[in-house]
Amino acid sequence: MNAADGMSGAAIRVEGLRKSYGERTAVRGLDLAVASGRICGLIGPDGAGKTTTMRIICGLLRPDAGVARVLGRDSAREPRAVREHLGYMPQRFSLYPDLTVAENLRFFADLFGVPASERVRREAELMEFSRLGPFRKRRAGQLSGGMKQKLALSCTLIHTPEVLVLDEPTTGVDPVSRREFWRILRELAGRGLALLVSTPYMDEAGLCDEVVLMHEGRAIARGTPDEVAAAFPRRLLEVRGAGLPAALAILTASPRRGVKVHRYGDRLHVVHDDAAQTAEVARLLAGAGVELHPVAPGIEDAFVELMTAPAGGEATP
Amino acid sequence: MSGEAAVFARRLTRRFGDFTAVESLDLEVAGGEIFGFLGANGAGKTTAIRMLCGLLPPSGGEARVAGCRVGRDTGALKRRIGYMSQRFSLYEDLTVLENLEFFGGVYGLGRAELAARADELLPRLGLDAERGRLTGSLPLGYKQRLSLGCALAHRPRVLFLDEPTGGVDPVARRGFWDLIYEQAADGVTVFVTTHYMDEAEYCGRVSIMVQGRIVALDTPSGLKDRTGGADMQDVFLRLVDA
Ligand SMILES: Nc1ncnc2c1ncn2[C@@H]1O[C@H](COP(=O)(O)OP(=O)(O)OP(=O)(O)O)[C@@H](O)[C@H]1O
Ligand SMILES: [Mg+2]
Repeated sequence: MNAADGMSGAAIRVEGLRKSYGERTAVRGLDLAVASGRICGLIGPDGAGKTTTMRIICGLLRPDAGVARVLGRDSAREPRAVREHLGYMPQRFSLYPDLTVAENLRFFADLFGVPASERVRREAELMEFSRLGPFRKRRAGQLSGGMKQKLALSCTLIHTPEVLVLDEPTTGVDPVSRREFWRILRELAGRGLALLVSTPYMDEAGLCDEVVLMHEGRAIARGTPDEVAAAFPRRLLEVRGAGLPAALAILTASPRRGVKVHRYGDRLHVVHDDAAQTAEVARLLAGAGVELHPVAPGIEDAFVELMTAPAGGEATP
Repeated sequence: MSGEAAVFARRLTRRFGDFTAVESLDLEVAGGEIFGFLGANGAGKTTAIRMLCGLLPPSGGEARVAGCRVGRDTGALKRRIGYMSQRFSLYEDLTVLENLEFFGGVYGLGRAELAARADELLPRLGLDAERGRLTGSLPLGYKQRLSLGCALAHRPRVLFLDEPTGGVDPVARRGFWDLIYEQAADGVTVFVTTHYMDEAEYCGRVSIMVQGRIVALDTPSGLKDRTGGADMQDVFLRLVDA
């Protein structure tokens, strides 16, 4: 297994990556490094370039410029060698619909050359996370959407490569299984694997060692989840309570310059800049039946702010 | 609940061989309500929705949707409901407008009516600028809004949305929920599944399903009180992981 000494020893290392499809530029100058034993989250809206980046790393797509290396090998020049050490779960993973759950797992285990004893041990572990045990004999085509996703994940994790690249692995997976799944990922990292994972779930972003926020083909923020959240430059007021709909109506009816309101489940986050605005919001909401608390921003606040603010950042040549 | 329920099910059951996917489902959703139909993977949500939409015959029990008896008034039922499936099927090689017209046409909307409806829907969905674009080239969030539009083309009274926001970022999901709220404000009943627990908070009431059965049904705050969960994520973990 590779040593994990920063950039130079990184298991996955991407430098100056660029890729266009005709007129559309998917990745415009991306740097990225994931050390062994670490989970890196690739976060960003649809079309940010996450899948393209992952496919280049896996040697399935050639970059126009820049380089992606896995365990020191250039993915574009030695795709076979790279793939021997790497597990990849694409966004649309194809299972064999006519094979049963157990047969699909068996198929992928054979494909990856997993020895029988190892396969049995691993399968037991994966059945526990996926709760697919009772459905071993069911054909994959007859599973529910989330069950298919969990089987696809299990097929990817049946072997233990040194590097794992997972493209939105938990879409459609229920909260209980997502929690179990992240336990497995953490354990794999503990064994020294390097993991690159994309996800639309901000709670999962918070479980990564490092996140890279991608937007329009670039990294616009990166660091530990706490660092990314802390880089949020504005004040935040959390509004909760029975009067939430009324509060939302009041705030929408009297928009204030520079004040943004976002609904997060059972609370509102009011984004603003200074104490005068804090007081103003408090005045507007007095008597609305809500409680107001200043809160520290989370990664979702940072994400939403960065995505809804006008694009800035590095210049494009 | 006043008047006839928009969605009503009693002892609704579906078996596949000797496996029971939906077991004796009882449900009543009022007109204009946003009802969150939550549950574990494989709990039977899609199966139940497919029965309620008249796409899958029940093995037992009965259901009424938008005043139609499921399994009897099938034609009328299809005209009164809209359905966006978990794996929605748009034509990737048609433009945005063509997809909307195609799905509206299926419901028998005439040319002039289709054009008027498209002019009304596309701006509301934020898709007006994309009307001539090929659907296959659109980001997922746009496709989701277009699928919603296709399900709405014939002005249904009850809307079934099976994981409409799967796989998109928080900003896109919030935009989608604004559209759901607009529909509910127009009196449309919304029956929606999701695995994002923040979205469960946007529903008037939610049910939580495990292995074919509803194990809890209440308002989000009622469920939090009952289970002692801090938020819906917590409630879900407590009820489903029990
Ligand atoms: N045609 C079929 N034959 C056999 N079993 C089936 C069939 N269709 C569905 N099932 C089973 O019925 C159960 C319920 O599936 P369903 O798709 O309704 O779940 P769901 O609640 O929608 O799950 P998810 O959250 O993963 O979408 C699953 O165990 C599934 O494997
Ligand atoms: Mg389903």
